Amino acid sequence: MALIEVAEVTHKYDGRPVLQNINLNVDRGDVLALIGPTGAGKTTLLRIVDLLEVPGTGEIYFDGIRIPQSGKQRLEIRRRISFIHQKPQVFNLSVYDNVACGLRWRGVEKNRIAGKVDHTLEMVGLEGYRNRNARTLSGGEAQRVALARSLVLEPEVLLLDEPTANLDPVSTTKIEQLISHIARQRNTTMIMATHVMSQGQQLADRIGVLLGGKLVQTGNATDIFHSPQNEQVAHLVGMENILEGIIATNDEGIATVNIDSNAIQAVSSYPVGKEVYACIKPEDITLALSCTRSSARNSFRAKITRVTFIGPLSRVEIDCDLRLVALVTKISAEELNLQAGMEVYAAFKATAVHIMEREIGQ
Amino acid sequence: MTEIWDGLTRAIELLVSLDPEVMEIAGRSLIIGGTSCLLASLICLPLASLIHFNKFRGKRALISTIQTLFAMPTVLIGLFVLVLFSRTGPLGLFGMLFTPPVMVIGQILLISPLLLGFTISALSGVSREIVDTATSLGASSFQTVWLVLREARYAVLAAVIMGFARAISEVGCAMMVGGNIKGATRVMTTAIALEASKGDIALAIALGIILLFVALIINIALNRLQQR
Repeated sequence: MALIEVAEVTHKYDGRPVLQNINLNVDRGDVLALIGPTGAGKTTLLRIVDLLEVPGTGEIYFDGIRIPQSGKQRLEIRRRISFIHQKPQVFNLSVYDNVACGLRWRGVEKNRIAGKVDHTLEMVGLEGYRNRNARTLSGGEAQRVALARSLVLEPEVLLLDEPTANLDPVSTTKIEQLISHIARQRNTTMIMATHVMSQGQQLADRIGVLLGGKLVQTGNATDIFHSPQNEQVAHLVGMENILEGIIATNDEGIATVNIDSNAIQAVSSYPVGKEVYACIKPEDITLALSCTRSSARNSFRAKITRVTFIGPLSRVEIDCDLRLVALVTKISAEELNLQAGMEVYAAFKATAVHIMEREIGQ
Repeated sequence: MTEIWDGLTRAIELLVSLDPEVMEIAGRSLIIGGTSCLLASLICLPLASLIHFNKFRGKRALISTIQTLFAMPTVLIGLFVLVLFSRTGPLGLFGMLFTPPVMVIGQILLISPLLLGFTISALSGVSREIVDTATSLGASSFQTVWLVLREARYAVLAAVIMGFARAISEVGCAMMVGGNIKGATRVMTTAIALEASKGDIALAIALGIILLFVALIINIALNRLQQR
């Protein structure tokens, strides 16, 4: 039985639908990432799961119990869940009092509170901040106070809304490490909203893609990142090469897709004449100076139009009638001396091409 | 001009010598004003929370009405309480007219709109996110209200100070329902009015200075409290 069950939840704000018929099950110990652009309804869904809001229609079940719309039972169940909001709101109290308040509200004995709070402050690396007013902390520190405030409660379910939004890279890494540590060590069930795809990929067992209030795809990271269900999901997961084409031939699962005047080979079971998108992840495209023999079925002579550096990678835009983007390591870009205007050979495997249906009317 | 100077020196004399009558009047002012302020706070802080945290029809209208009552003339409150507690009035049987308790009742009525209005606006200053965060962390409604009051403590305390200031400085109500009876209901403001009408401007000024001095001491003390 799922620990959290969201059944046919639809929700509106001022008549504007923000969630449409959401069905979602989360098992105990599962870490689910909700990914989607801002305004997709991630926060609203988390608020509903945290019982902060009553859904317009639909039901929430927790541990098999149907949640009533109000009353004492709602509070009792809410106390088994903890929600870390996007903007950390620390109370205008000392760090210690901030972290202790949830325990006090649950009527935990005073001497047990002190032990738990100190332990948790140590865990998030704020042991020296015990008596500081939480309002005087930096964004990253405040986020850790917010995390400690929830973790000290040892909740069965932890809900995180963009836990690293607006944080610097160092703080982000710290928070991510803490989250994955908690997930592994305490087997806490988590639902985490994020627009950072890699974070979902890295921390979650399962990913749900939320677009315009609809849960369009759920699956493990590989499913979502390699086989996005539609163009929007493909864009969301960073699929930079999305090409419109038509299946020209299909020979036992190896299809030829006509894209403008070009043809590429791809693994697909769609029939001839089907209008499709061909998606190729930039890192699956290899670049070489000469036409080497390789297992890649697709090889094109191409001209580099632009080279930009993103951290340890180089993003190379190429033009071979098809406009493509390739990601290569900075070292290989330097070795090959890739520059705008150069001629290269671009290659990718037929299995690297993800074919998806083009929906009519899009 | 000499009267002001005389008043100043008299005030210092009276203060330094701890003049028994002046001390008694000042003490009574403090006790009556303080009691009014305390009781009004006990009523208004929870009531303001109730108004702030609940959605109901006519909430805006209610808040506007409360804010309008800030301007309530003290004599009007005095008149209302006088009618209520006069021998023939509905509460006349208690025989409380011209006693400190009835002055306290008048002052509570007088400062309640102020306390309510400013507490509501203090609570509004606490962001919705703070309330959500508390709820998420498992606070019951009552615990949430308490937390929000604590979050808004500076602004709430300012409201209380304002209430006290209005209570201790009002004269209309104290005069009408207290009667300025020497040794019983005479407070600083009514004493000032009396001394001034008797022509003892210096004593009136001295009492005025003491009144301001008391207000200053209380404000300093409360500010100290806030900074902790």
